[in-house]
This record gives sequence, C-alpha cells and structure tokens, in this order.
Amino acid sequence: MTNMLQVEGLNVSFPSRDGPVRVVRDVTFTLGRERLGIVGESGSGKSQTGRAILGLTPASATVTADKLSFDGIDLRHASAKTWRSLRGPRMSMIMQDPKYSLNPVMTVGRQIVEAYRRRGDATRTDARNRAVAMLEAVQIRDPERVFEAYPHELSGGMGQRAMIAMMLIAEPDLLIADEVTSALDVTVQLDVLRILDGLVRDRGMGLIFISHDLRLVSSFCDRVLVMYAGRVVEEIAARDLHSAQHPYTQGLLNCLPQIDGDSGPLQTLTRDPAWLA
Amino acid sequence: MSVSPANTGGRWRALPTYGLKAGKLIATVAVTFLGLLVVTFLIGRVVPVDPVLAVVGDRASKSTYDAAYIALGLDKPLYHQFFIYLKQALSGDLGTSVLTKKPIIEDIARVFPATLELATAGIILGTLFGVPLGVWGAVRQGKLPDQVIRVVGLVGYSAPIFWLGLLGLLVFYAKLQWVAGPGRIDISYEYTVTQTTGLLLIDTAMQGQWDAFRNVLAHLALPAVLLGYFSMAYISRMTRSFMLAELGQEYIIAARVKGVPEWRIIWVHALRNAAVPLVTVIALSYAGLLEGSVLTETVFAWPGLGQYLTNSLQNADMNAVLGGTLVIGIIFVGLNLLSDLLYTVLDPRVRRRT
Repeated sequence: MTNMLQVEGLNVSFPSRDGPVRVVRDVTFTLGRERLGIVGESGSGKSQTGRAILGLTPASATVTADKLSFDGIDLRHASAKTWRSLRGPRMSMIMQDPKYSLNPVMTVGRQIVEAYRRRGDATRTDARNRAVAMLEAVQIRDPERVFEAYPHELSGGMGQRAMIAMMLIAEPDLLIADEVTSALDVTVQLDVLRILDGLVRDRGMGLIFISHDLRLVSSFCDRVLVMYAGRVVEEIAARDLHSAQHPYTQGLLNCLPQIDGDSGPLQTLTRDPAWLA
Repeated sequence: MSVSPANTGGRWRALPTYGLKAGKLIATVAVTFLGLLVVTFLIGRVVPVDPVLAVVGDRASKSTYDAAYIALGLDKPLYHQFFIYLKQALSGDLGTSVLTKKPIIEDIARVFPATLELATAGIILGTLFGVPLGVWGAVRQGKLPDQVIRVVGLVGYSAPIFWLGLLGLLVFYAKLQWVAGPGRIDISYEYTVTQTTGLLLIDTAMQGQWDAFRNVLAHLALPAVLLGYFSMAYISRMTRSFMLAELGQEYIIAARVKGVPEWRIIWVHALRNAAVPLVTVIALSYAGLLEGSVLTETVFAWPGLGQYLTNSLQNADMNAVLGGTLVIGIIFVGLNLLSDLLYTVLDPRVRRRT
C-alpha cells in the first residue's frame, strides 16, 4: 500500500500560564487509501492531530514534527500558496457541528459552489449543477431547495450532509472526518457512514475517521489508533480491537454496555499515570 | 427535519414577509414617538420658564397676560393641554421661537441641512476609514498595525474635538491655507446660491456653480474630517472586536479547509457576519453626529442644529429647545428603524423570527 500521508513524531502544544501544554505528543502513523480510525476521549488530542495535518492549528500553538508529508510534499514548511493548492482539491476535513461550521449568512449553495470553484474555472451554471448533484449524492431528497437554504433552515442531519457535500465536492484524496456522526441520531449516522464508505471505495480516498465511539470505529474502519492524553497508546487492526492489549483500550471497551452481558454496574475507567510515560 | 417551506429564497425573496414586519415596526415607532411627545411636553411644563411671559414680554398688563394665558390653553387641565400639544405637533406646529419670531419648524428646516451635510460627510469618512482599519487591526491582532491603529483611534476618541478643531484651523487654515475657514461658504458666494435642498454641495452642483462647490468643499473639509476622525475611532474599534469574534468561529476554519483565499475569508466570510452588528454601531454614530455636535459647530461657526439649540437654550427659548429635542428624537427613532431593517436584510436568521 502506498503511503499518502506520513506523520512522524508530531507534537502540538499550546502556551498556558503554567508553561506549554502538550496536547499531541509524538504521534506517528501513516495512511494509505484506507479508513483509519482515531479514538479517544475528549481532550485526547484527536481533533488537534487532524487539524495539524491540515495546517489549521491555532496561531498561538506550536507544531513540531520529525516528518509530516502528504504525497511527497513536506507540510512542515509549506507556504500559504502550497496550503491553498492542497486544501480543498487534495485534502479536506468534515467538521463536527454544522451549526457552527457553516457560514450563517451565506446560502448552503453558495458555500458549496465556493468549494467547487476552487478546483478551477468552472462556469456559474456548471458549478451550480455540480453542487446540486453533490447534494443529491449525499442523500438529500430536495437538493434544489437545500441549495437555496441558509444553514439555520436545515436540521442537524441535513446540515451535516450539506457539510459533507461541501467538503467532498472538490474530490479530495485525503479526508479527515472529525466526529461527523456524533451530533446525529442513529439512523442518520448510518446514512452518513454509508456515504463516506462509498467514497473511500469508489474514489480510493484516504479517510481519517475521528470519533470517541469505539464500537462505531471498530465496525467502520480498517485500522484504529487509540489516543490517550495526546499520545497514541495503541495501534490495532479494527477487527482485533476486542483483543486489545493496552489497559486503556481494554478499559474503554469495558465501559461499554453489552446487550447480552450481565446487568451489573458498568465498569469505570481506572487511569494509570504510567500510560503517560 | 428538512427545510422550512416559508423562507427558502434568496435574500430578497423574503420581501413579502416584510409587510407584516413593517406593520409591527410602525406600531413600535408610533408608541416611541408618543412617549417622546409626553416627555417633551412634560419638560415644557416643568421648567421654570413662564411660557406666557415669553410671549407677551415682562411689561405686559395683567389683562394681556391673562388673555395670552387662556390663548395658550394653560387654564385647561394637563391632559387637555397635552392633547392640544399632540394635535399641533402632528400637524407640524411646534410653536414659535421667541428669538427668531419664526415657527420652530421653519427654523429647524433652515438649520438642519447644515448639520445633515456635515454629519453625512463625517460618517462617510468615518465608515470608509474605520471599517477597513478595524478589519486590518483584527487581522494583524497585536502586531504593529494593530497598535498604531489603536493609538490613533484612542487619540481621536479622547482628544477634545474643539481643541482638535482649533488646532486644525490654526494649521490648515491660518498657516497652510489648505482649507477655508469657519462657516459653510464664503460670503461672496452666499447670495449667488439658491438653497433648494439646503445641502450646499448638492445645491451648487445642481446649479453648476463649480467655483462655489469647491468653496463649500473647502469649508466642509476640516470639520468633516474631524467628525470623521472621531467616528472612525469608534467604528474601527468596534469593527476590530466584531471581526475578532467572527475570525475565531468554526466556519472560518471550514472556509480555510475548502482552500478559500485569505482575502476572501476576511472580506467576504467574516466581514459579512461582522457587518450585522456593525450596522447598528454606524447608524447610532450617525445619529450622534446628526444631533448636531455643539462644540464642532461652535468652533467652525457652522449654522447647524447644535448651534441653534445651544442658542435657544441660552435664551430660554423653550419652544425651540423642545422642538429641536423632538427632531433629534425622531432622527434616533428613524435611524434605529433603518438599522433594524438592514439587520433583516443582512442576517437571514433574523428574517425568520418575524
């Protein structure tokens, strides 16, 4: 498998009154045209890992890496121009909450068209048709109407799909999906996953699927990175997740209720400071 | 889920719903206006200025005084007096000025265009410079441009405007002779220009008197720049903080993810959102300028509303003061209304709630 993305020794730290806080520590992984899951609790550094790959870490933070390359391009010293040529057509990210990540004063259609026109000089009608087709592709029943709608006029599930359409219309090679299904109800979750799955398969896209939902990740992804306090504590094939070695992963798994399991109190996670060593 | 059926159109397709909204707005305005009239009426009754004496003079006989007392309706109960006041105010009769012996409404119509011209020039300059500077400051937050803009703004905001005015006259009029001195127009032109709108720039331009036009411009430049500087300080400050709030939003990151160029993120994505509260800031600054900046008008011998009101106040010309207060109140209500309407145009979320 060719490695599209190589991450070695990635560190992200934010300044604070008590010195820098390292939110991502020595993260190393590679990604080919596959589905890689990153799981962990809130604050474990999943999202910051994703944002660092796209060069979207807040200006106050410091990012260092031994290696951070996408398709042979060194991202550590990429110029603004390089980033602009990469983001959108080459790499993209679907963000958590459409309520905040869609511009409230622009119609959904304009925002999708804007993403499409980054690819080159498409005509207005051309871009419009593509956008509507894309909305249809993400299972929106009334694409024309959604095209004209403002974000606040859409439900959460519709907004999320519009977001997916917007981020996929430029047909990126690498897609980071950051908690895309967390805000959705279960039936919509499945729809969205089906859409993403189809894209990985049909377009040979590389997908980083960030989630805190262990079960979802294990059933959906090929490989899983388990993060704890900014570190990757375990990397494991998704189908082997049940036989995970690291006590944190085991602990997470034990916290999940089982339908056919005993009905005693669920276990809580006991943390070992040694995990951080 | 899905889309609300009523309002999926572009910005202007929501126009029909404006009908209902306009009705509500008119009702609000009517109530505000009534409240304003009550206040001005009551002030008129409370101040220790005898309205009868103001009419008949302090050497009038008792019978003349009593006749005027009755003619003014002062023997009637208060609510009746208010009713008369209301009727007169609604028909445009705000009484007669003791000073000029003319109807107040005529006086205000004469002085207001001077203030309007100055205030409009000021707010245009203030917005034209204030908004881009505020955006720039937000983008370069904490860097040199931001600091410079802040200091320049702070000076504009805290230096007394009359002092800046005098200094400006000394430097640019007396020494450098770049601009004309106090007043709106040179006396030599004063009687050649027919005042139709009262806005001298427009009047001279319409009559093709370009020499006079240039002269008016030379007179207007300094006070307008001063008022513009003053409002620029405030507008840039507010723009900066609105922009900072918007630039920290997730949709900005989403736009970066899409590969949208930075200039577009700043001037299209963020500014369009920041424009919504900014409209109110600009409208209220404008209202503040229209009130007639007494100090500026005094320094520049500008025959506007501020000077008229100060004059009337000093001479206890209560009708004029109350009439002027009413006009200022109407301006504030009107501009508030306008900014509310613009709000609806700029923010699709507000449109829906009506």
